[in-house]
Amino acid sequence: MMALNANGSAPAKPSKLRWGELDEDDGEDLDFLLPPRQVIGPDENGIKKVIEYKFGEDGYKVKITTTARVRKLAKARLSKRAVERRNWAKFGDAVHEDVGSRLTMVSTEEILLERPRAPGTKAEENKMAGDNLAQLGKGGAVLMLCRTCGKKGDHWTSRCPYKDLAPQTDVFVDKPPTSETAASGPGTTKAAYVPPSMRAGAERTGTEMRRRNEENSVRVTNLSEDTREPDLLELFRTFGPVSRVYVAIDQKTGVSRGFGFVNFINKEDAERAINKLNGYGYDNLILRVEWATPRPN
Amino acid sequence: MRPILMKGHERPLTFLKYNREGDLLFSCAKDHTPTVWFADNGERLGTYRGHNGAVWCCDISRDSMRLITGSADQTVKLWSVQTGAQLFTFNFDSPARSVDFSIGDKLALITTDPFMGLPSAIHVKCIARDPDDQTAESIHVLRGPQGRINRAVWGPLNKTIISAGEDSIIRIWDSETGKLLKESDKETGHKKAITSLMKSADGSHFLTGSHDKSAKLWDVRTLTLIKTYVTERPVNAVAMSPLLDHVVLGGGQDASAVTTTDHRAGKFEAKFYDQILQEEIGGVKGHFGPINALAFNPDGKSFSSGGEDGYVRLHHFDPDYFNIKT
Repeated sequence: MMALNANGSAPAKPSKLRWGELDEDDGEDLDFLLPPRQVIGPDENGIKKVIEYKFGEDGYKVKITTTARVRKLAKARLSKRAVERRNWAKFGDAVHEDVGSRLTMVSTEEILLERPRAPGTKAEENKMAGDNLAQLGKGGAVLMLCRTCGKKGDHWTSRCPYKDLAPQTDVFVDKPPTSETAASGPGTTKAAYVPPSMRAGAERTGTEMRRRNEENSVRVTNLSEDTREPDLLELFRTFGPVSRVYVAIDQKTGVSRGFGFVNFINKEDAERAINKLNGYGYDNLILRVEWATPRPN
Repeated sequence: MRPILMKGHERPLTFLKYNREGDLLFSCAKDHTPTVWFADNGERLGTYRGHNGAVWCCDISRDSMRLITGSADQTVKLWSVQTGAQLFTFNFDSPARSVDFSIGDKLALITTDPFMGLPSAIHVKCIARDPDDQTAESIHVLRGPQGRINRAVWGPLNKTIISAGEDSIIRIWDSETGKLLKESDKETGHKKAITSLMKSADGSHFLTGSHDKSAKLWDVRTLTLIKTYVTERPVNAVAMSPLLDHVVLGGGQDASAVTTTDHRAGKFEAKFYDQILQEEIGGVKGHFGPINALAFNPDGKSFSSGGEDGYVRLHHFDPDYFNIKT
């Protein structure tokens, strides 16, 4: 509604608004006007661009481009009254729905109704890794390991052709009592690792075999903070049977300290694992995989 | 499914409710302003400004024209849903905790907390058709329960009032005489404070959730215990699906989870249970804090949860939700 002049005619518009007389230079006088809001509608991928302009704090014009993907989330079947309500004006704090306000947004993650896992499946996997000797007949993953010669897949200890290699049965392992109880305590916190001397039915002289295993130990560094034993097992088992996995965890926070150890039954498997996985990208970090002890040759 | 996140509240959510037709979602929080959203895409429609304290509960009339909200500032306000204008204010001497419209919207039930020596009470007020005729008189005031009443609702045909609170006993009162009719059994009932109560769609049974890490399903007329659902966390909010036989529980503070940090999606989840078999069907993760409010859309195809983190998450179910077999 324009105010009228005293003589009843509309006041002459200030000359700078008469577009017909504008020169190129006079474009600057339109600084107080903002270009209109543009909507580039959803294309075939559903991408919609909205270009808006507003004045920033220091008086400069600010161009805001919002790129959004429009996706259909649900069908809404609205009653007549609901459709009317859809057209109600906004009130309260919603009146000035700002350009920058992102009150309502679709989650970037896909959330599923997660079915509860059958209890014990994860725990059993762990036990498998550490207790190859104890878990006989676990079906499919039976590993015939001879404690005397350390050969896998061939024969059990009682049938070892190299019986003379066996150390004396009355040599006991000298282990401090505390570590014994810790190791055979709740297995869930330490990947259920039970040293051979503590395993059910194992002979006290499992040391030789274990020592041999320590030579096949591979150190993995630069692990992501939520990597755990089962993840390492999954990754390394493709190279061969693994007798033990360990990931160093900070007791206070529960995150991984970034390194761990994998013990293979066979040294060749350990060697192949080192060659293949050193420098391998895992959970967006580059792994460093090497021998744990000074290079056994 | 892709939940829609709505961050309109800066403080924890206390209550969520859909209107009868399921196109509007009302959220109450500790930040004094109840908000209304469109239930299909989560777009905010408006906020109701006027309260001076945390808003604990709300209810909507059947025609979606009136909203009643109960707040810690010792008032209960009636609002026009469409314009956000305040129609009437009921004043009390203590914080108002729970509000419920009766069937027919002619009466409203308001509970107040025990405060400064005053015991907790249930007030029944008459709601006039025309807001100008509204008076603040109470028809009844029921007193008696010890401790805070966390939720009170109307029973079938407005004949009874069901209340549940911190003393973990559910009480059924006669709404005309104000007499106590029944109390829940101490042996089979909850062992700790009852935090939430929700009636089934047909009003024949109701579900209560409690800090004793369980939720129980009761018959509305006889107050017999029908089912019990056990979780690992104190239950803050319960909801029943109007479409399938599912019960959803939303949980509270899990002390062991407080100190560990997890960079993945928030771990607090809404747990789904089969109503009849009492077994857990699954959980929906996502909140960064305990879930304080749950509500199912009356059409059963979506639900929303509100948490201590101030977010309201609106979930539209995937088609395979409806095919879950246990």
